[in-house]
Amino acid sequence: MSDQSSVEILTEWDIVAARQLGRNVAKELGFGTVDQARITTAISELARNIYLYAGKGRIEIQQLTENGMKGILIIAADSGPGIPDIRKVMEDGFTTSGGLGAGLPGVKRLMDDFKIETILGEGTDIRATKWLR
Amino acid sequence: MNKQMAQYIQGNLTEIISQWQKKMKDEENERSFQMMSEELMTQTSHEFAELMISNLLESHQAYESRLNDFAEKVVRLGWSITFVTKAITHFAEIIYENMTREEIIHEGNIAAYVKEFSNWIAPIRESTIQAYSKTWERTVSLQKIALQELSASLIPVFEKVSVMPLVGTIDTERAKLIMENLLEGVVKHRAEVVLLDITGVPVVDTMVAHHIIQAADAVRLVGAKCMLVGIRPEIAQTIVTLGINLNDFTTTSTLQRGVEQALAWTNRKIVEVED
Repeated sequence: MSDQSSVEILTEWDIVAARQLGRNVAKELGFGTVDQARITTAISELARNIYLYAGKGRIEIQQLTENGMKGILIIAADSGPGIPDIRKVMEDGFTTSGGLGAGLPGVKRLMDDFKIETILGEGTDIRATKWLR
Repeated sequence: MNKQMAQYIQGNLTEIISQWQKKMKDEENERSFQMMSEELMTQTSHEFAELMISNLLESHQAYESRLNDFAEKVVRLGWSITFVTKAITHFAEIIYENMTREEIIHEGNIAAYVKEFSNWIAPIRESTIQAYSKTWERTVSLQKIALQELSASLIPVFEKVSVMPLVGTIDTERAKLIMENLLEGVVKHRAEVVLLDITGVPVVDTMVAHHIIQAADAVRLVGAKCMLVGIRPEIAQTIVTLGINLNDFTTTSTLQRGVEQALAWTNRKIVEVED
């Protein structure tokens, strides 16, 4: 069972909109302030990656219920250039934009589950889940 | 033909308006009309009708200024642009139907009237949309200015100690502004210690952290020290999880502690005075 809503990422301000949506859903689900901060930060990273590297895409937020557990699923999907070397982007400190290079590995640590699928020239689809404990 | 239409509308105004109101109320998804008080509705309806007629009678200039007033009023009432375009379409439809029923429009002149109608309605639509987007653009640019005025000023609190409180989301543009104001302020106020207060920043992700680190490095280059204060517990946890290295920073949880530390660095402290 899931309940979903999404935000198109085109400008820098859409990142704020995606974050706001995520925060509201997380709050509704009953996540505490620390987890809310983790979830919004993860959304911020993923949305910024879309804005920086793909130009446009979408962030989808879903509420999950599985085996009596509640959770939040963030889907970040774009039709951008794709990621040539996933192992490298998951390394701390690797960056192509002069940033800190903590984005994707950071998101993985902030969330409970993390899946990334990417095809060169076709786009990237990232799914990250956080479960309510 | 223009005059004829205007005369017809003016002659049957009450009936047309009541038909139009009924049609508009039937529109689904449009609460704005249903929630309006009877009095206000009558007033706006008449204003709307007058506006529609004025395009037939008055000069283009007079009409435009009237349209601007009307659009502003409508924006304040919270009418959506979809609603307004629907209102225009319905208004024209009703008049067309009525005039056909009363055989003012008949087979002999229908082509001419159809042309007349489209000449009448098209500019109204266009200028309504234009008036709307103008209002929006103005609102957006005003808000942008307001936002800029709010963001990032460096406040001298003690000699050699300045504070920059950061409130709200930090985007690329603001990050630039923060850096500029910070450096300018440090030089101008001869600050030796600068406290960056992030109590009001909702999310600290890698980009925000990156900008803060860069700003601090730049401050160091102009000969001052930078301290990061106002780190809320949940932000502290996220920063650690993200793996952002702030080891080169002195950080404190509150601005108050930061100020105490800054005074200590400049060999001063706050003491209570005994009588």
